[in-house]
Amino acid sequence: MPMDMTEPTNDWVTIHIEGKPFRADKSQNLLHACLALGFDIPHFCWHPALGSMGACRLCAVKRFRDDQDTQGEIIMSCMTPVSEGLSISIHDPEAAEFRAAVIGWLMINHPHDCPVCDEGGECHLQDMTVMTGHAAREYRFKKRTHRNQDLGPFINHEMNRCIQCYRCVRFYRNIAGGRDLNVFGAHDHLYFGRHENGTLENPFSGNLVEICPTGTFTDKTQKAHNTRSWDLQTAPSVCVHCGLGCNTLPGERYGLLRRMRNRFNSDINGYFLCDRGRFGYEFVNSLRRIRTPLFRTGKESPQVSTDMNQALSSAVGILSNKDRVIGIGSPRASLEANTALRSLVGKDRFHAGFSETENRLMTLIVQIMSDGPVKTGTLKEAAMADAVLVLGEDVTVTAPRLALALRQTVFSHAVRCAERVHLPAWDDVGVREVAQDDKGHLFIATSQPTDLDDAARSCFRGTPDEIVAFGFDVHARLNKARKNQEDLAEPDGMYHSVVTAFQNARRPVVIAGLSSGSEAMIKAAANIARNLAEQGKDVRLIFCVPECNSMGLALLNGKSLESAIDAVNRNLADTVIVLENDLFRRTTSQNAEFFLQKARRVIVLDHLQTRTTAMADLVLPVSTFSEGNGTLVNNEGRAQTYYGVIAPDNSLMESFRVLNRFNGSGPDDPSTSRNRDAVLQDLAEDLPVFAPLAEPHAPLAFPVPSGKVPRQSFGYSGRTAMNAHVSVHEPRPPEDPDSLLAFSMEGFDGSAPSDLVTRFQAPGWNSVQAVFKHQTEPGGPLLEESSGRCLLFPAEENDASYFDHHDPCEISETELRPVIPLHHLFGSDELSMAAPAVASLAPAPYVALSPSDPLADCDTVFLSFNDETIKVPVKVVKDLPPRAAGIPASVPGMIPGPLPGQCRLSREGQP
Amino acid sequence: MLSFLQGFWVILKHTFRKRETVLYPEEKIYLPPRFRGRIILSRDPDGAERCVACHLCSSVCPVDCIALQAAEDETGRRYPEFFRINFSRCILCGFCEEACPTAAIQLTPDFEMAEYLRENLVYEKEDLLISGPGKYPGYNFYKVAGLAVGGKDKGDGENEETPVDVHGLLP
Repeated sequence: MPMDMTEPTNDWVTIHIEGKPFRADKSQNLLHACLALGFDIPHFCWHPALGSMGACRLCAVKRFRDDQDTQGEIIMSCMTPVSEGLSISIHDPEAAEFRAAVIGWLMINHPHDCPVCDEGGECHLQDMTVMTGHAAREYRFKKRTHRNQDLGPFINHEMNRCIQCYRCVRFYRNIAGGRDLNVFGAHDHLYFGRHENGTLENPFSGNLVEICPTGTFTDKTQKAHNTRSWDLQTAPSVCVHCGLGCNTLPGERYGLLRRMRNRFNSDINGYFLCDRGRFGYEFVNSLRRIRTPLFRTGKESPQVSTDMNQALSSAVGILSNKDRVIGIGSPRASLEANTALRSLVGKDRFHAGFSETENRLMTLIVQIMSDGPVKTGTLKEAAMADAVLVLGEDVTVTAPRLALALRQTVFSHAVRCAERVHLPAWDDVGVREVAQDDKGHLFIATSQPTDLDDAARSCFRGTPDEIVAFGFDVHARLNKARKNQEDLAEPDGMYHSVVTAFQNARRPVVIAGLSSGSEAMIKAAANIARNLAEQGKDVRLIFCVPECNSMGLALLNGKSLESAIDAVNRNLADTVIVLENDLFRRTTSQNAEFFLQKARRVIVLDHLQTRTTAMADLVLPVSTFSEGNGTLVNNEGRAQTYYGVIAPDNSLMESFRVLNRFNGSGPDDPSTSRNRDAVLQDLAEDLPVFAPLAEPHAPLAFPVPSGKVPRQSFGYSGRTAMNAHVSVHEPRPPEDPDSLLAFSMEGFDGSAPSDLVTRFQAPGWNSVQAVFKHQTEPGGPLLEESSGRCLLFPAEENDASYFDHHDPCEISETELRPVIPLHHLFGSDELSMAAPAVASLAPAPYVALSPSDPLADCDTVFLSFNDETIKVPVKVVKDLPPRAAGIPASVPGMIPGPLPGQCRLSREGQP
Repeated sequence: MLSFLQGFWVILKHTFRKRETVLYPEEKIYLPPRFRGRIILSRDPDGAERCVACHLCSSVCPVDCIALQAAEDETGRRYPEFFRINFSRCILCGFCEEACPTAAIQLTPDFEMAEYLRENLVYEKEDLLISGPGKYPGYNFYKVAGLAVGGKDKGDGENEETPVDVHGLLP
């Protein structure tokens, strides 16, 4: 059972290991306790997030009955509870021989292909083989072979390498809730795969790469440009593909981003990442990247590439009249970049780059989060919740890692069931057996079916307005129940079970988001959470925000994009700086085109070519998250820093550096070399909410004299040859003035604060399993865990009252249909769509209709909104509200721009 | 005094010995096959590149003078996209040969590599690759690796069972 499902009991007992006494936690199994104490016991099937199963027999140790017992007995440490007076030996010759024999048996069939296996060098099986001392194969007969399957663009399958530890199916089925990976066959013919070739359906399939202790499942995107783990330049980073801010560990070699791995963080992503976060990284290497500045002399002339210095001086020329300049920020640009733009154009002329609706909703969320009294929740808290209500948000696509956390509520419920029969939480099989099909108290209210429905106790389906009404109703009934007015003897479906679950819960969680575009939805969720808080419950409120820095941008109090368009239209401004933003995603094509045509000069800073960059007079290339450093604020208001892994060069700078050069200063000007800390300090002085960022990193108790933390491992190879074809004189390592990390192999080699850890490795542990060596105990928080700085704290005293529910205005025109925005994990995110593997799984345009809809029998219909009409195929989706039209959000081929509240559908073309 | 004379005597004796010095380069000396000189990349008995770009040579290299990048052809066979040795750094220690799991990288008894320009000591794959198997004539890594690659199917290699029929339940 996952570590984060259990609460530490701190029931400590004394156990004897090799005759020496140690203190161990009674609620743990022996393997966990020994690893926590720093002993190395080889293991395969046990994983802190999966619990114990006793399948691989590798964690054998010897147990002695008492002081007189010299014989002892071999036991599996992962299946043995810690108990007072337990006496074991790990290094006992018989136990060691047993473990070596287990590896020997596994090696009978394990192929001799480590040189071409992507796992090589960070392989748990290699580590365990070395650790047990098994060195030579004694079996003389042939090796078993298996045919592989094509598991889609993400995962490569090499079944020969499998050692039958069952970790993959236990993760895929039990943790991630997938159904299409299973074990087939019998005895030594076990086969782990799908029933037939095909893409793995679960959005967490990428974690198989890390969960598999061998190279059976490897990263197919990495395979195309494989590099050994020791050759990668890595640095702590933050995922840019949704608003949750999962911690990641990108790896670079020869200037190319090679892969993305999970970076453990006990509060947010734990051990797992979603596939969009793991495989979306390839946008950095995309052909759509802008590498040189583009300039055009007039609106009609073509863009020609130019060099950076020339581009910067033309930018200075364009911006000579400061009063006529407005800036448009971006929720996918770093806080530093948005801040630099804000101080360049002035806060009155800074526009957030959100659409009007998004700006309003984000402001409301910030207001709710800072007014309190409800605290915002982490994903860990979501996983441990005992009652959850998701209001109008398909979290499986807008905040996928949150969906995985919510799925764990089923297991935390199972753990609570198991506690009643005195079954330890780590006994994975036992706990599941006790709970049977008893799900937790997860309730989902959405307009469309979601992938999480199977984990929910019950689901509510309706239009967004009906869901809002449902939310306010739950709030009202909670009020009644509080005053004992509710007649709970008369259960009426879902209301009753939601209210009862919340009444009995200790740690409820309420979740809402932006995807439905409804302000009332957020208010309803806030009401329920506030209601529960006033009942004395330890309630958490989680808002899903669409992009990686939506929250940071909202805290900057910018105006909306519409007001920028209005300013240009009313001739209050004529020069526009657009920062890493594609306006065609925020407003209708017509508006965006009008705006970009009407503005006299348009400067766009971006790293990917978009429709906006195509219409700009000056395009400046900027770095992505992998080439520079920056800060992102996630949905909880947690500011986290990402560090680049690709060494910077002079032509590619972070946006905030480019913006700093817009005031005409040269590269040597001190204002240009203002680093991140200075930018953030200015911001903190300007807006008090950012005060926690004023403290730069350096004052941390961190021994700077021993050098910066190296981004390269001690095994980094090819240093004197990688650039030899250009020059045989090895260059100095590039400087990184902004961070405590160095582009070097040399430097600090002690224990750095967790947000500066560039790789997880320990002597003898080269695979991802080594993360437990960096934790206080396996599955626990990292040593010196400091994952970002929290910006939003609920006010101590609050006088805010409950929100009122206004009935929605009826749609007067009967031809108009309410739009249900359908987000897609692969398709709705802008950046990951430039990654070929992710783009290959994006849906084609469609419109979803309920089976009862009169147009449901059509193959294709004409869909009109935002003054455009396209012909799209019809997809019939059960459970969709009648008359509603489900429209995929921002997928390629659809009408661009944000989805409106209503659309028009017709059988024939243009009426 | 005696030691003094002894010294003269030894020198006098050596004057009549056979000369060890040869008139290089007119006269070449014999170098054993295991001499560690210029590094080459060999081919397997079928004539294909032996190097599978496992990065073990580069990682073991004490002066970090080997850089390479792995790539894969359409049949799944892995090969180095580029393979570069900076001989101006190489100390000819032979660790790379020892580490090589496919007998691809080998040191040869050739040491005549002097150049006036250091740039000329940077050898790319084209400069390193020879047309034969070098010191290990029989070895073909992909025959024993178990992978299906380059027309070799699962089970076709040495010491491999035919692939398991997952649907079969027979013992």
